[in-house]
Amino acid sequence: MTKITYITHDSKTHEIDVQNGLTVMEGAVQNDIPGIDADCGGGMACATCHVYVKEEWLDKLPKKEDGEEDMLDMAFEPKKNSRLSCQLIVSDDLEGLTVNIPSKQA
Amino acid sequence: MNKTDALIIGAGPTGLFTAHQLKLIGLDCEIVDNLDKIGGQCIELYPDKPIYDIPAVPECTGEELTNNLINQLKPFDIKFHLSERVDEVKKDSDKWIVKTSKGKTFSTPNVIIAGGVGSFEPRKFAPKECEKFENKSLFYSVKDKKIFEGKAVTIFGGGDSALDWAVELSKNSKVNLVHRRDEFRGAQATVDQVKELEKSGKINVFTKFQLNKVNGSNEIESIDIKHDNNEIKNIETDYLLGFFGLIMQLGPIANWGLNIDKKTIQVDTEKFETNQKGIYAIGDICSYPGKLKLILSGFHEGALAARACFKLARPNEKYRFEFTTTSSNLLKRLGKKSD
Repeated sequence: MTKITYITHDSKTHEIDVQNGLTVMEGAVQNDIPGIDADCGGGMACATCHVYVKEEWLDKLPKKEDGEEDMLDMAFEPKKNSRLSCQLIVSDDLEGLTVNIPSKQA
Repeated sequence: MNKTDALIIGAGPTGLFTAHQLKLIGLDCEIVDNLDKIGGQCIELYPDKPIYDIPAVPECTGEELTNNLINQLKPFDIKFHLSERVDEVKKDSDKWIVKTSKGKTFSTPNVIIAGGVGSFEPRKFAPKECEKFENKSLFYSVKDKKIFEGKAVTIFGGGDSALDWAVELSKNSKVNLVHRRDEFRGAQATVDQVKELEKSGKINVFTKFQLNKVNGSNEIESIDIKHDNNEIKNIETDYLLGFFGLIMQLGPIANWGLNIDKKTIQVDTEKFETNQKGIYAIGDICSYPGKLKLILSGFHEGALAARACFKLARPNEKYRFEFTTTSSNLLKRLGKKSD
């Protein structure tokens, strides 16, 4: 289990213990954290699991695969610290990761 | 008014196979889909991605699956209404009256919603004021390129649509191209073409910028774009075009009086009927205890919903279960000779 903090757009903080091996997206969906739609179910095909990661985490996370940046072009208000949460696999290395959920996904 | 035994909303795999099942048991049906092509998510989101869990098909891509389903429908005459969204479903005695975004109406005892995650709609600009300019001087697709002649047009996006239109419109308009990062994901040849046109001063390219604000009361006068480093630039423009791909939205389905929870429609597992008699939901859009969002589940749900449709479309006939291997009735409908 790894602690992931989700901050929803209304500034509510949700600290969740997510099972290693799941994605940050799945951790949110399985725990009913609002604001992550994940319409395509984790196929990197829709950009509706878009999150902003805390700046200090940007370099610690696994690099974006081909295609993630392309999908982020279509996300709602993408920023430099945007990631698709379906591409972030939870492991001990992510202990304490904090992600902000955008005001909307579409 | 079009009359049909069943109207299917959604031309994805579930909708297509359900059409097959309806025709096989002797009902007619028509299909409406908001995309301009058949295949739903399979064709729009992952045409080239292999799928490994279709029974008896070890591996196929979204496009192959779609083509096979279309081939399976060849014996039947099915009317597709593409690029049309179902906007309204209303009860009229024992029929449903269905209206589309293009003004077509259908009268049918059965409406089958095979809508996936909803209809595909263009992703829109973020600033709120964009809405009031929409379809006047701000567009998400080009219907008549003549209106841009001699005007300043600012195009947002980094894919093929944005690049193709930047090249095309630069012939007769002043074109700005704005994209959120340095790289473009469009075809390399078009990217090169844009760079040439930038050099010769035909296109102004702004990268690492996004739309921040639209200025103007009735018409767009200028826009503010914001760089990654927070620098703001003001650009004079007459028109805005946004090409950010498509997003799935539940849309008008939410207004039809159905039990909806978390963007899915609750159904029973006998007929896959909703809380409204004669309206069914199948595939990814339906939910019931144990629901799996697999294509194969959609096929099963469609087969059962089709049998339920029979009762309402042919109230005076009795439905008889038959196999395609042995029934001369079914073989006839399939255009095959029986032994």
